[in-house]
Amino acid sequence: MATAAETRPATAATAATAATDVRRRRAVGLGVLLAVLVAAAAVSLAVGARALGPGEVWHGLFAAPGADQRLTEIRLIVQTVRVPRTMLAIVAGVALGVGGALIQGYTRNPIADTGLLGVNSGASFAVVLVIVLFGFASPFQYVWFAFLGAAAAGAVVFGLASIGRGAGNPLTLALAGQGIAVFLAAMTTAVALADQTALNALRFWNAGSVAGVGFDVIWPVTAFVAVGLVLAMTTLPTVNLLNLGDDVARGLGVNVALSRAVGVVAITLLAGAATAACGPIAFLGLMVAHIARYVTGPDHRWLVPYAGLLGAVVLLVCDIVGRVVVRPGELDAGVVVALLGAPFFAALVWRGKFRKA
Amino acid sequence: MNATNVKSSVPPGVRLGRLSFVWRPWLVAVTLFLAAATFLLFCLSIGVGDFPIGLPQVVATIFGRGERVDAFVIMDLRMPRALAGLVVGVALGVSGAITQSVARNPLASPDILGITGGASAVAVFLVTVSGGAAAAVVSAVGLSAAALAGGLGTGLLVYFLAWRRGIDGFRLILIGISVSAVMEAITAWLLVTADIRDVARAQAWLVGSLDGRSWHEVQVALWCSLALVAVVACAAFPFKPMRFGDEVAAGLGVRYTRVRAVLLLCAVLLAGVAVSAAGPVPFVALVAPQVAMRLARRPTPPLVASGLVGALLLIGADLVARAALPITLPVGVVTAAIGGPFLVYLLVRANLRGRRQG
Repeated sequence: MATAAETRPATAATAATAATDVRRRRAVGLGVLLAVLVAAAAVSLAVGARALGPGEVWHGLFAAPGADQRLTEIRLIVQTVRVPRTMLAIVAGVALGVGGALIQGYTRNPIADTGLLGVNSGASFAVVLVIVLFGFASPFQYVWFAFLGAAAAGAVVFGLASIGRGAGNPLTLALAGQGIAVFLAAMTTAVALADQTALNALRFWNAGSVAGVGFDVIWPVTAFVAVGLVLAMTTLPTVNLLNLGDDVARGLGVNVALSRAVGVVAITLLAGAATAACGPIAFLGLMVAHIARYVTGPDHRWLVPYAGLLGAVVLLVCDIVGRVVVRPGELDAGVVVALLGAPFFAALVWRGKFRKA
Repeated sequence: MNATNVKSSVPPGVRLGRLSFVWRPWLVAVTLFLAAATFLLFCLSIGVGDFPIGLPQVVATIFGRGERVDAFVIMDLRMPRALAGLVVGVALGVSGAITQSVARNPLASPDILGITGGASAVAVFLVTVSGGAAAAVVSAVGLSAAALAGGLGTGLLVYFLAWRRGIDGFRLILIGISVSAVMEAITAWLLVTADIRDVARAQAWLVGSLDGRSWHEVQVALWCSLALVAVVACAAFPFKPMRFGDEVAAGLGVRYTRVRAVLLLCAVLLAGVAVSAAGPVPFVALVAPQVAMRLARRPTPPLVASGLVGALLLIGADLVARAALPITLPVGVVTAAIGGPFLVYLLVRANLRGRRQG
């Protein structure tokens, strides 16, 4: 994306106008994405096993409980099925998008995804473990263990990568994450091979879905994601500096170790909460981070918000698609993200739209 | 500069005819040590079992001077498994080293080039879909062969999708990740919709195992990987300068597009050979080059050492799985359980010494 300021020698004045232009365009883009998200959310409330008209959705959301049998039914569908589902898709989509953009920024690696710090395998391992140990059967019971597993894995990876003088070197972080992730994945497999109940839960868990979770899970998840987002926003200017190299960043006054720690906590909160509620949908973060980088360039102050909104839009749209394609059944959102998103992403890659992080 | 009073930090070069290479004693020593360790572990792996055979007898039998009974147990019963471990380990190690070198990314591995994902999707499809056609395919060519076809098909698909006036490492990896994501999604969906008993069978295949290898299967894998390794060895010489960038390589007379294309094709095929012989053993291809790099103290993954580390890891994991654990586990679980912590240990050790890496 060559701006006017880059392509020809310009006076300071024209350069400043160009920069303002770019900023305005990016802000408009964010607004458009937000509008798309709102529209998708509206569609998401209406589409499903029982299709609802706009008026019915409105009633379902706002009408006072009455004696009318049909309206009560609609209220029930909208408020206990569609709204939680839509909300979780948005929250998890934002979390995975922002998490994906951040992990690529912090590790300076364009193939890093939100599973890199062991978050996904930590959550999976926790799930099979509590199923075997405590005999939990429903996702409501193991969501928090999944979150704990994800957080613990993230903490262990960061702790191990921060020992000694190499402190938090991005490559060490990424490789330590991979090491811990495969170790946990192996343990998960070992448990699942031995215990059929665990294997059964694991296969549904692995598909990745935003359905079937109530507000009792969604509110806490949203709270964790909100904390993660606040932390993420505070680090964005620093990520830009870190991408110039540790030495340069240090010279410009960045506390490298602290900012890495904050970043890892943010990524773990975001990815961990989203993964605990939906299962592993790691490809989403990788994909939207690249698309956002294509739109905004490498400035993380813009890249990360774009990635977040894109993540929400993509996850929500994929969930809607999953509800209608294999009626009367449903395709899990995680499966649709890969089936729809990956070919689209591959086409963009082939056309040379992306550059390295 | 006067060479007599300035200690040169450049290691001496050696020239043999048209070939020249740098004499690096540490790298050679590490490689020799790894080779010896691999041979030792290979023999140990053959000796351990319900009918234990001592190490000297194993070595004697391998070189054709053993007793009749030993020869039967070793050559007919245990050799295929041990050899499969060796071949798969070397193939995965070399394949991983190539992928990481070409992509210049330590997180790259042939797993994300589509082979594993494609093979898994096909295998799970054949196991879980109880249709006439699927059963016919399995009985006609066998599950491994069908999975291999799926894996190679996917790998080549990735390769050609990524082809645009030559192969670029970054593009190949991103397209590989996308295609793998599709394959994983299909696998996940098949598992969700399948009967739980089929899921257990599919899961067992997905882990990767060395159980029940026949001589025939191993021989095919052995000859294929020998041929591929030979091609890699030839292409490795012009590949060396490419780590300084395409421009430098071109300036030194390297046709970098062709070299890269050949090497990556070999990486795909080697990974396919490994999948055919043991199923999708995870992580060996990622960890072996990284471990070899750190042991040999080189900035890029050394090919020979990576292959040897892969073999060590696989044979060692198989040995642990058979001899040391109270429950039987497939080798794929143990490679990850050993390889992951070992990689972390190497990273932490390097950090404690304060050496910069990568």
